Amino acid sequence: MKMNLRKLSVALALGLAMVASGGAQAQTKVGFVYVGPVGDHGWSYEHNQGRLAVEKEFGDKVKTTYVENVSEGPDAARVIQQLARAGNDIIFTTSFGFMNPTLQVAKRFPKVKFEHATGFKRAANVSTYSARFYEGRHVIGLIAGKMTKTNTVGYIASFPIPEVVRGINAAYLAAKSVNPAVKFKVVWVSTWFDPGKEADAAKALIDQGADVLMQHTDSPAAMQIAEKQGIFAFGQASDMKKFGPNAQLTSIIDDWAPYYIARVKAVMDGTWKSTDTWDGIGPGMVGIAEFSDKIPADVKAMAAKARDDIAAGKLHPFTGPINKQDGSPWLTAGQTAPDGDLAGMNFYVEGIEGSLPK
Amino acid sequence: MDLLVLILQGVIVAATPLVFASIGELVVERSGVLNLGVEGMMILGAIAGFAVTLGTESYFLGIIAAALAGAVAAMLFAFLTQVLLSNQVATGLALTIFGLGLSALIGQAYSGESATPLSKIHIPLISDIPFIGPVLFEHDPLVYLSVILVGGVYWFLNKTRAGLILRAVGENHDAAHAIGYGVIKVRFAALLFGGATAGIGGAYLSIVQTPLWVEDMTAGRGWIALAIVVFSAWRPGRALMGAYLFGGVTVIQLHVQGLGVDIDAQYLSMLPYLVTVLVMVVISHDKTRANLNAPACLGRPFFASS
Repeated sequence: MKMNLRKLSVALALGLAMVASGGAQAQTKVGFVYVGPVGDHGWSYEHNQGRLAVEKEFGDKVKTTYVENVSEGPDAARVIQQLARAGNDIIFTTSFGFMNPTLQVAKRFPKVKFEHATGFKRAANVSTYSARFYEGRHVIGLIAGKMTKTNTVGYIASFPIPEVVRGINAAYLAAKSVNPAVKFKVVWVSTWFDPGKEADAAKALIDQGADVLMQHTDSPAAMQIAEKQGIFAFGQASDMKKFGPNAQLTSIIDDWAPYYIARVKAVMDGTWKSTDTWDGIGPGMVGIAEFSDKIPADVKAMAAKARDDIAAGKLHPFTGPINKQDGSPWLTAGQTAPDGDLAGMNFYVEGIEGSLPK
Repeated sequence: MDLLVLILQGVIVAATPLVFASIGELVVERSGVLNLGVEGMMILGAIAGFAVTLGTESYFLGIIAAALAGAVAAMLFAFLTQVLLSNQVATGLALTIFGLGLSALIGQAYSGESATPLSKIHIPLISDIPFIGPVLFEHDPLVYLSVILVGGVYWFLNKTRAGLILRAVGENHDAAHAIGYGVIKVRFAALLFGGATAGIGGAYLSIVQTPLWVEDMTAGRGWIALAIVVFSAWRPGRALMGAYLFGGVTVIQLHVQGLGVDIDAQYLSMLPYLVTVLVMVVISHDKTRANLNAPACLGRPFFASS
């Protein structure tokens, strides 16, 4: 039933998109595919902010189209293909699960440029881009380690993909470095967006003693539960302070605008090339929201220093010695993680309990 | 013990929107109409309930507004399928898509707002009974309303003349028409009820469970409610059970993970759906009984030729 609904709504959205994009030919047409609704206040919301920034930057010279709520899977290929057929010059597909559909469609439309977020497969007309969110996770991990009184940090995770696993590892290592007794409880909800389920997961974690929550899902539901129960939490993808004025310690903010503007500009200038971009706090793709007043000054200073050191390239969140969960060595003392290891990360680091779903 | 209390409270909260949505749809299907627009009516109820609660600071008005929003959507469906005789399956799907779209449009102004959740009722003495008190008697009023509704529907369908007429219409609309019952009127009334409860179910999400508005926040619960109706073999008591079973497995799997039990999370996520399928298989293994339970005129259009 759900599939039928999705298909229908996708078809409907495309019909509208096609009507909307019948403008003048001199414009550069830019398509966006979102996995959630633009009103999720998280992941898709921030990508849409990037799209709006592109419109603002280029005005009449661009025509942007977006399709939201596209499920990862066969539907995605059709949506991307329709956008390509509708004459978009560049198409941003903004979820990990759109990777194979994007490459599939790209093969059939060699003149159209594709940009896939958070993936690792490229082609002559497919670039990938992602943000080093783990740098932000390091900063929030430090704060979490210092702020937890029960030494239990709850982590609401979506799917066991490298992106999410990296976040858990980075946050855990940082928390552990300032609080050796800290424990992480990870709950996988198998969805990016389901406010009810995210809230249930948050409640479950709090019931089991977590007093600081982190999330790698897209809605502000967990933040709200944290506020209600009087504990702390970190926002995801965008500033969620509105949902937890007392609960939010800080938030990792995705800022796609500069990248989207640069890539659209490259298409306009004819200088677009397939690239692999992975930017972090330094270039501004990952932002850290204002620190809450609830954080003591020394912890705030420590977190700010970590943020600035990461931005300056003086600190790498994955610096050895680090062992994998099974005790086998991963990084030797002083060694920093190679990007290849990070991009394909499929293991927990030593100290995290529970097994990683395969 | 304390954890168990918290888990059970969580189960009841997770199940309540499903109870509302499925009990309404059950009545609708008992009258012989298949309304696949539950998800759409729920999400309209969610936004209406949230908007009105935020605007008036009255949960009562918010819930009334949610019921009205669901009912209005159901009336649209009723007009299209009962008067204009459009296809019920297609119209129901369209209602869902319409509801999701319209709620997103209305909701733009409300996204980013946050309401205070409805508070729990503390009943002196009863709520203080150890274990049973906090599990059963410390909830928000809507939880009690949902259980009362299920009881009321049971009583209505099985013990009243009006309920008998409604079932007659669902089983054989031609015969019901021939002896003078207004088939269309009965179905309008059933749809009105179904729409209102679906709306309240949606509002439960947006003003109790997660007091905020985000697009698509029902996330498929309307479809689960439809499955629960089939699962229940169109019986109110079983629908309540189905909703609690589904909510229960959803919440318990999250706790199992938090406790560090070594099972892959994907299996646990599957569990609510697997259990639903399994129970449906068990219930329907006796074919004749399963068929007997489904309203005979379910989904068939009615046109009074004389």
